Amino acid sequence: MSRLATARAAATALALALGVVFIFLAPRWDQIGDIKGQNMGVYFIAILGLNIVTGYTGQISLAQGAFMAIGGYTTAILIVDHGVRDLWTIPIAALVAGVAGFLVGIPALKLSGLYVALATFGLAVAMPDILGWDKLDRLAKSGREIQLFNSPDLIGKGFADVEFLGHTLTFTRAMYYLTWAIALVLLIVAWLVLRGGPGRAFRAVRDSELAATSSGVHIAAYKTFAFALSAAYAGVAGSLLVMAVAFADPNSFPAKLSLTILVGAVVAGLGSLWGVLIGAAFVQFLPDAAVHISKAQGVPDAVYGAALILIVLLLPTGFAGGLRRVFSPLTTRLYTRS
Amino acid sequence: MAPLLELQDVEARYGPVQALHGVSLTVGEGEIVAVLGGNGAGKTTTLRAISGLVTMSGEVRFAGKRITRAAPERVARIGIAHVPEGRGIFQELSVRENLRLGAYLRRDGFDEGYERARAYFPWLEERRDQQAGTLSGGEQQMLALARALMSRPRLLLLDEPSLGLAPIVVRELFEIVGQLNEKDGLAVLVVEQNAKLALRSSSRAYVLEVGRVALEGPSAELAENESVRNSYLGY
Amino acid sequence: MAEFFQQVVAGLASGSIYALLALAIVIIYRSTGVVNFAQGEMATFTTFIAWTLVDHGLGYWVAFPLTLLIAFAGGIALERTIIRPVEGKPVVTVVILTIGLFIMLGGLTNWIWKAEVRSFPPNRPFPTDAWDVGGVAISKQDVGILLVTFGLVGGLWALFQLTKLGLALRASAVNPTASRLVGIRVGWMLALGWGLAAAIGAVAGLFTAAASPPLEPNMMRPILIYAFAAAVVGGLTSPVGAVVGGLAIGVTLNLVATYDEHLHIELDRVRLPIALLLILTVLLVRPAGLFGKTVLRRV
Repeated sequence: MSRLATARAAATALALALGVVFIFLAPRWDQIGDIKGQNMGVYFIAILGLNIVTGYTGQISLAQGAFMAIGGYTTAILIVDHGVRDLWTIPIAALVAGVAGFLVGIPALKLSGLYVALATFGLAVAMPDILGWDKLDRLAKSGREIQLFNSPDLIGKGFADVEFLGHTLTFTRAMYYLTWAIALVLLIVAWLVLRGGPGRAFRAVRDSELAATSSGVHIAAYKTFAFALSAAYAGVAGSLLVMAVAFADPNSFPAKLSLTILVGAVVAGLGSLWGVLIGAAFVQFLPDAAVHISKAQGVPDAVYGAALILIVLLLPTGFAGGLRRVFSPLTTRLYTRS
Repeated sequence: MAPLLELQDVEARYGPVQALHGVSLTVGEGEIVAVLGGNGAGKTTTLRAISGLVTMSGEVRFAGKRITRAAPERVARIGIAHVPEGRGIFQELSVRENLRLGAYLRRDGFDEGYERARAYFPWLEERRDQQAGTLSGGEQQMLALARALMSRPRLLLLDEPSLGLAPIVVRELFEIVGQLNEKDGLAVLVVEQNAKLALRSSSRAYVLEVGRVALEGPSAELAENESVRNSYLGY
Repeated sequence: MAEFFQQVVAGLASGSIYALLALAIVIIYRSTGVVNFAQGEMATFTTFIAWTLVDHGLGYWVAFPLTLLIAFAGGIALERTIIRPVEGKPVVTVVILTIGLFIMLGGLTNWIWKAEVRSFPPNRPFPTDAWDVGGVAISKQDVGILLVTFGLVGGLWALFQLTKLGLALRASAVNPTASRLVGIRVGWMLALGWGLAAAIGAVAGLFTAAASPPLEPNMMRPILIYAFAAAVVGGLTSPVGAVVGGLAIGVTLNLVATYDEHLHIELDRVRLPIALLLILTVLLVRPAGLFGKTVLRRV
């Protein structure tokens, strides 16, 4: 391996180690910190998923929040109505959301980038209404708003403390660790997938569908696979979100959530795993920071939107792109899907 | 007499790739000058440098005035009409609208310009409502030329007019250009891969190689030149 | 039957609003290739400006055109400052930018005017009664909206098809390079496109506030989706398609709402998903929209 590659591998390992240390060993902060940290973990997973479909295959999905809703509701229904143990609902939620993603991915094959964006945007906007539709009541015995609080199958029923390996953790602390542990696993999975054959196929699809097809890449398969995988990630995120607040309701998954995830992915830098942490931190903490500027209603959004515009104008390739520029002057990153 | 168009040590690049490494050329009032060379020699880039469509340095002067790096709109305003590679017509618009756009800068001139255009291209009249994109290749090229004339330019920049056209159409095109030059004193800078035709239709020519002027001189002489004959004329 | 016609007219009126916003989206898309997710929020913002003008004593019918001018100037300013730098950048970048604008404007609106319930226009300058045409009650306000909409659309058509400026605008959208070579200041044409779109959006906002009170910061959110649906029907490039699409969606949604009660399907609650389904269906059957031109990609 060349010196540069070794250096980069070392840097990556170091960053990863630091990240793990920080996340798992650091928190001596209060409960609010746990909650926000956990939420950031949820964003992290969702952004990771979105990066796969939008950053790597170039299909713009504005529906990540909708898939989170599917995952979240799956978990809620399974726990409350069917008594499934919480942790087992996570892979099921991933599966259900993944199937939904696959189903969305199929019509997306026929549409050009912009139309996929529009269609998924429509899905995200419509999701709260769909979730609230009376006709779907048959799926959830307990109605549209599902209360998990007292369910015995949820970790920390009623937000009680959790026993784990001899330690007693508060519910919030337990959720925090759980979320980030899963996030780490999913990060490694994503890294493996994107590094290997599928990842190369994804990038080929993004850069030139025509060249990819003539090289034998089965475009349709990889594009729908990407959608399914990213939706599965969102499903996990949604599941963890619902478990953390022990409540599932249509308004937990508004269109704004999908936009937030997309913002996080862009800030992170599409097409690279490096910046996802920064992206998640951005979408988690910037609105809070904005509130500090002024508690007046509307200011957080105004600051958030302005910050987004500035980042797009100044750092179009996100933080990952910025990092890359700092560390590697000869970068020729191009993502020109349209 | 100062030349109508003067390029001095013009360099141009596309991003990190340098296409022109110091090109100098002149076009006199009422002259037809040809620019020859193979693919990638920088012929099209030279025209784009004049029109301000590419990152460049050096000096470009038109009728004595500096127009280096002037925006394309301004270049059009001072009397240079550029017919780009691929014709640059408005495919979705009608023939008539294309011509109107050619006369965009002239407050008065549409009708008068239209008469002149019809004189050279009589078929324009009956096709005037036809969508430009549905014309044949040759007709599109003629339309592009007609459109350029609508602004009554002093200098015409023609980029690869023969590209994709049948020889008989190309000959007709060059005949018209020749007439415009004789009758109206229109100066022409034409970039062409078809060296034989270009040398026959012009008075002077430049041969570009890898972004530099390799040869220049009267067209008749260049046509007899050994290396030109070997490389570009095929005999 | 009478009710049917009534609902059709009412649907046409609400559809006019979707049509106007869709028209704005199409104009911007055609000229700059940008899908402006912030179109609705821009309309809301300018409508609130109108409210402020009236609140400070200006008559409604003075504030109306003044607001359009302000919107026009605002659109031009937006294009020159924020949109210009990302022209030609990847689609994702531009999408995020307009989403950022969407969020920012929404926040600004909330901050400046708070979310109080307002009625706009106050003092009801629009007549609320109706004409009786052969037993059918046709709301005067609906007719007014329809007339203004058709007037606007007609005026725009005239601008684009009959004037030199309109020709330059169309040319800039079709072939910017060639346009510059004939002397058109393409940059300003694009800005003009945004200005026009902003002004049209402002009309949509003003009508929305009048037809579906109250005036509140989120009022254009669902309208934006219907407008997207309408624009997509027109393939994002056809103004005619956008208008037809908007009217059709307005009528359809209205009829669904009406007959919903009779048929107990409870579709009214899922109006938005219906619009989404419409978008999807059109796109799958004819990706270029019902009115768009099929663009063949040269490979």
